[in-house]
Amino acid sequence: MGIDKKIPVAVLAAVLAAPFAVQAAGEAHVDHAMNDVGNRASLQRGARNFVNYCLGCHTAKYVRYNRVAADLGLTEKQLTANLMFTGASPHDTMRNGMSPDDAKRWFGVMPPDLSVIARARTPDYLYTFLRSFYADPSRPTGMNNLALPGAAMPHVLWEQQGTQEAVWEGEVDAQGNAQKHFKEFRLATPGKLAPEQYDAFVRDTVNFLDYIGEPVQLQRQSLGYKVIAFLIFFTLLAYALKKEYWKDVK
Amino acid sequence: MSSTTSQNAVGRGRLAALQTWIDDRFPMTTLWKSQVSEYYAAKNFNFWYYFGSLALLVLVIQLLSGLFLAMNYKPSSAEAFNSVEYIMRDVEWGWLIRYIHSTGASAFFIVVYLHMFRALLYGSYQKPRELLWIFGMLIYFALMGEAFFGYLLPWGNMSYWGAQVIVSLFGAIPYVGDSLMEWIRGDYYISDVTLNRFFAMHVIALPLALVFLVIGHVIALHEVGSNNPDGIEIKYVKGPDGIPLDGIAFHPYYTVKDIVGVGVFLILFSLVIFFAPMMGGYFLEHANFDPANSLQTPPHIAPVWYFTPFYAILRSVPNKPLGAALMGVAVLLFVFLPWLDRGKVKSIRYRGPLFKFFLAAFAISFVALGYLGMQPPTPTYTMAGRVFGTVYFAFFLLMPWYTSIDKTRPVPTRVTYHGH
Repeated sequence: MGIDKKIPVAVLAAVLAAPFAVQAAGEAHVDHAMNDVGNRASLQRGARNFVNYCLGCHTAKYVRYNRVAADLGLTEKQLTANLMFTGASPHDTMRNGMSPDDAKRWFGVMPPDLSVIARARTPDYLYTFLRSFYADPSRPTGMNNLALPGAAMPHVLWEQQGTQEAVWEGEVDAQGNAQKHFKEFRLATPGKLAPEQYDAFVRDTVNFLDYIGEPVQLQRQSLGYKVIAFLIFFTLLAYALKKEYWKDVK
Repeated sequence: MSSTTSQNAVGRGRLAALQTWIDDRFPMTTLWKSQVSEYYAAKNFNFWYYFGSLALLVLVIQLLSGLFLAMNYKPSSAEAFNSVEYIMRDVEWGWLIRYIHSTGASAFFIVVYLHMFRALLYGSYQKPRELLWIFGMLIYFALMGEAFFGYLLPWGNMSYWGAQVIVSLFGAIPYVGDSLMEWIRGDYYISDVTLNRFFAMHVIALPLALVFLVIGHVIALHEVGSNNPDGIEIKYVKGPDGIPLDGIAFHPYYTVKDIVGVGVFLILFSLVIFFAPMMGGYFLEHANFDPANSLQTPPHIAPVWYFTPFYAILRSVPNKPLGAALMGVAVLLFVFLPWLDRGKVKSIRYRGPLFKFFLAAFAISFVALGYLGMQPPTPTYTMAGRVFGTVYFAFFLLMPWYTSIDKTRPVPTRVTYHGH
């Protein structure tokens, strides 16, 4: 094999491996959400958590209720009874009644729309964020967040999780300045849910956020298998045709 | 196909009569023969020769998917982001059209970079193919513009700040920089006006330029004939029938072969569209799912991967006007390859060790610069950028020297081909 023929193999391998090779460097620690958008029960629990704990302040203004119901296997009756509290119609998108002025007064910022938050921040980040609140009396809400220091969002799920405290390790660096490093969280006041239950609660919620970020992901892969099966058949046929024609080329 | 029109017209009835009718008014059959069925290309094309036809395929894919996107997209700062999500959720098959278009943008650059690398491997830019090469480079520049204008349209935060950074490069030009930036944006900052005009450039001006340049590229190609992996001009060795001994008709031989390439390409393309449309944040960037916000930059601004080799060169120069100038030169240098290369042979198969060494160093530098351009700047990375950037320029600027003293091997008169 000549040098010009070896390169394609290396190039193809490199191109295919590229997405796995590099992760953005220098980012803070994130835990893996391990969520599965194929798990319908988890999505249904996540939808329940979302409308109960998120939708009061956040919107999902691109997400239609009836699309959620259809994708999650809910009837319109189940939808209106369990997931719709705002007087919206099933054709409406997920909005709330909070005015931007009130939001700014209460939180200092408008809580972001959550339609595509999982695509902007990744499910792993959201999972980490929702489990990283800790007591910090210096903050207006009494809580801070390790994943987003100075977060304006209060710990909405404190009833479920309880209250965590952050344990810091101190050390003095070469310049003689005190440095503190996060060591671990310690549960100061237990919540309604045990830690594993709370993680599962957050995982379901993040799973739902992942799903609404791109609702079509539930169908796109199964269509992909069919398209690729056809293309493989097409390519084999094209290859046989090429072979037949090229028999004359000596 | 090979017999003349009038002979066919007798036996084949109405269809042949139609053909004659058209041929009397438009050179349909003549064009088909001269450009397709009696256009002879060397029989030894290998892997590297798929990317020309694939680039044409991707252009058509982009034109068609872009047409349907434009039916649903709204080029206004208030509605652009909403309309993209509307396409993703409420437009029938909108998600597929959008993923085809977003994946197609990256696929276009992959295919074009491989197509260009082929020219470096086999000296396809050398005499008599200089104009063919220049047409190709103009296509590449138009493609860069097309990608830049298109990237603003989703109106995500990376769209916004990416455009801000690239437009600000023009601000580095002395004296006219600031007014030039205003002229490009049509405003004092990236705004609704900018979005509207970028949309116009993206859907009318540059696609039109691309199509005309591609036509020019193909006309020039068919005038001089395709190069081949041996870098031999096949037209000098002809049989008694006047057909090059090493040539085969483009149709049917290369049409059936290129269709196999199309199949393999579409499989890879579909793998991305259906299974990894964001390609891990390389084809669609995470920060672009935040709407454009003029008050908050994304945590880390970098252009999409296909611009990062040049972005890395820009960043490794501490002086902004100089960095911008070097970046521009890095892109433009390709145009001068036909005159920088003093080699006596075309193909890498008969080149000497010096050319092989410099080409390998260049390829590695290009990929390394691409990687560095995506990373947040650190002193180590900046230093690495300077090293690889120097190698990048050395490949071009030292070319007259190393190609003229290189020990080349004798080129055979006939192409290397082992029948199947």
